[in-house]
Amino acid sequence: MKKVFEKPKMLTDVPFHYCPGCSHGIVHRMVASAIDKLNAEKVIGVAPVGCAVFAYDYFNCDMQEAAHGRAPAVATGIKRTNPDAIVFAYQGDGDLASIGMAEIVHAAARSENITVIFINNAIYGMTGGQMAPTTMIGQKATTCQQGRSVELNGYPIHVSEMLAQLQGPCYIERVSTHDVKHVKQAEKAIDRAFRNQAEGKGFSLVEVLSSCPTNWGKNPLDAMKWVEEEMCKIYPLGVFKDTAKEEK
Amino acid sequence: MEDKVLMKGNEAIAEAAIRGGCRAFFGYPITPQNEIPEYMSVRMPEVGGVFIQSESEVAAINMVYGAGGTGVRAMTSSSSPGISLKQEGISYICGAEIPCVIVNMVRSGPGLGGIQPAQCDYFQAVKGGGHGDYKMLVYGPNSVQECMDLMYNAFDKAFEYRIPVMILGDGMLGQIMEPVTLPPMKDMSKDIRPDWATDGTRFGKQHRVINSLYIQPDELEAVNHKLFAKYDLMAEKETMCEEYLCEDAEIVLTAYGTVARIVKSAVDMLREQGHKVGMIRPITLFPFPTANYEKIANMSNVKEIMSIELSMGQMIEDVKLSVNGKKPVKFYGRCGGNVMTAEDIVAEVLKEEK
Amino acid sequence: MAKVTMNKALCKSCGLCVTACPKQIIKISTTDMNNKGYFVAEVIDMEKCIGCAFCATMCPDCVIEVEK
Repeated sequence: MKKVFEKPKMLTDVPFHYCPGCSHGIVHRMVASAIDKLNAEKVIGVAPVGCAVFAYDYFNCDMQEAAHGRAPAVATGIKRTNPDAIVFAYQGDGDLASIGMAEIVHAAARSENITVIFINNAIYGMTGGQMAPTTMIGQKATTCQQGRSVELNGYPIHVSEMLAQLQGPCYIERVSTHDVKHVKQAEKAIDRAFRNQAEGKGFSLVEVLSSCPTNWGKNPLDAMKWVEEEMCKIYPLGVFKDTAKEEK
Repeated sequence: MEDKVLMKGNEAIAEAAIRGGCRAFFGYPITPQNEIPEYMSVRMPEVGGVFIQSESEVAAINMVYGAGGTGVRAMTSSSSPGISLKQEGISYICGAEIPCVIVNMVRSGPGLGGIQPAQCDYFQAVKGGGHGDYKMLVYGPNSVQECMDLMYNAFDKAFEYRIPVMILGDGMLGQIMEPVTLPPMKDMSKDIRPDWATDGTRFGKQHRVINSLYIQPDELEAVNHKLFAKYDLMAEKETMCEEYLCEDAEIVLTAYGTVARIVKSAVDMLREQGHKVGMIRPITLFPFPTANYEKIANMSNVKEIMSIELSMGQMIEDVKLSVNGKKPVKFYGRCGGNVMTAEDIVAEVLKEEK
Repeated sequence: MAKVTMNKALCKSCGLCVTACPKQIIKISTTDMNNKGYFVAEVIDMEKCIGCAFCATMCPDCVIEVEK
């Protein structure tokens, strides 16, 4: 018998602190396995502020912990001065789509040759379930307890669609983690986003629809169902930009 | 004879940074320091370095964080409102102990203020500036040559102590042109990264982390003490101060940066008129040359000290702390972008002598 | 013939592996609790395992190793 599935080498032995059923763990594994496949000599990751703040304990490579929302700027500083290293930023929706909107837009516009993994779970996890820029209309959060209203809070931000309007990015795809089929698709997208960087193609971002059972007040299985039934409706999956295809 | 070149303060800082080994510059335009990013945009590619005009000051300082965290000599420059925006990043840089250089060509404030020279960011520079307990090594050069000399070695100090070094100038110093002697290029051909740098190397070492997050109170308290032990060492080894005609002075004027040049002229004018006046000028604003002030305060000939600043009175607080009540400390200042003349200072001193 | 090995100490009892298994041979134990206080996932009929690794694919905590 040979091993058909094992923990990627890019992950340390530190157990994840995430809540039961949280998608972060699945995405960490996919990121680590994508980097394993590249077999890169040099890798530097950038951790966000949010639930994934301790990502520097989990990835078995040099890591920098960025200020809230600034990961794309930090990654830019790293990549420009270390072009031979694989550089990735791992960010949540509050980090990337709210406080860090300027940094992600400009990193994408400059087509920084980095890989960004964007976790969209439509809520602030670490701080305890407040409204995120991706919280959907009607969705309840601790700062919109009757549900997000258009009058008060405006509309959620569709990051992938928005960034795809820029000329800079090379590859932007939205994937989900709600079942095996979609996790496998997500794996392919994340592999691709890292391969693009290794090939010097420029900015790649994968938006991953993720569950937050704790702050949604659901059990892990219902949370995944909610990703499938509610989130995928508002945030359609698919490739929003792929310069390799456009060239063909 | 040494070759001299006529340069603006801003240009001298940029060239000295390059010659001092800087290989990455991240900045955002703001008057009156624009010559620095402009110069860097041309010069950096010539030495194989990186120049990025970032989307904001916030992004610029975080690019410095990223590059500096990999052990590269990285810097940014700005002026007062821009430095306020960088404070978040500076706090993280101090917490994560990332060496880098930050230039502040101070303009008058608060708010958008004006674009004329001022010294109103003294508190921000020497007391921390952002959140948390931290300090930077802060230089207050008074001439284009001193800009060059201090900037040239600033990265060595930054890496020695793993701290950001701030060059605190002002709009006047940035724009003034003076002849300078250029130092030789430091040899940066060997890319040797320090043993804490997240250079990305995966094999043959433990993975490294650049971080300022410490959830356990005891752990964070230890970090605070470690940082301050470093600042104590800096106070011992890095403090720089100039004393001018203090030996027999009855009134000692004190000022830093360009103002100290005007004060020196005033001292000379007063001496010609037979008044016993001297000057003390801190070159490092943090660590503050407390011992020099103590010595002056203890001299029996000294009757009074007067702090002269382009602010409503900021450095005077450190002067008073150092003098510790031994002698009266008076103040004369202009602000809003106005600059006093030597004659103004002479008049202020003569008022005291009456 | 395939084999699933679970690093029980890491399991958080989320049950994502249970629903992912096409052979329905994983369940959450009602007796076996780990040090974190979670009842752990276990394979109840290893003979039926086909080594598809769907369980491991969904596991957020890298609990599962699969051999085939």
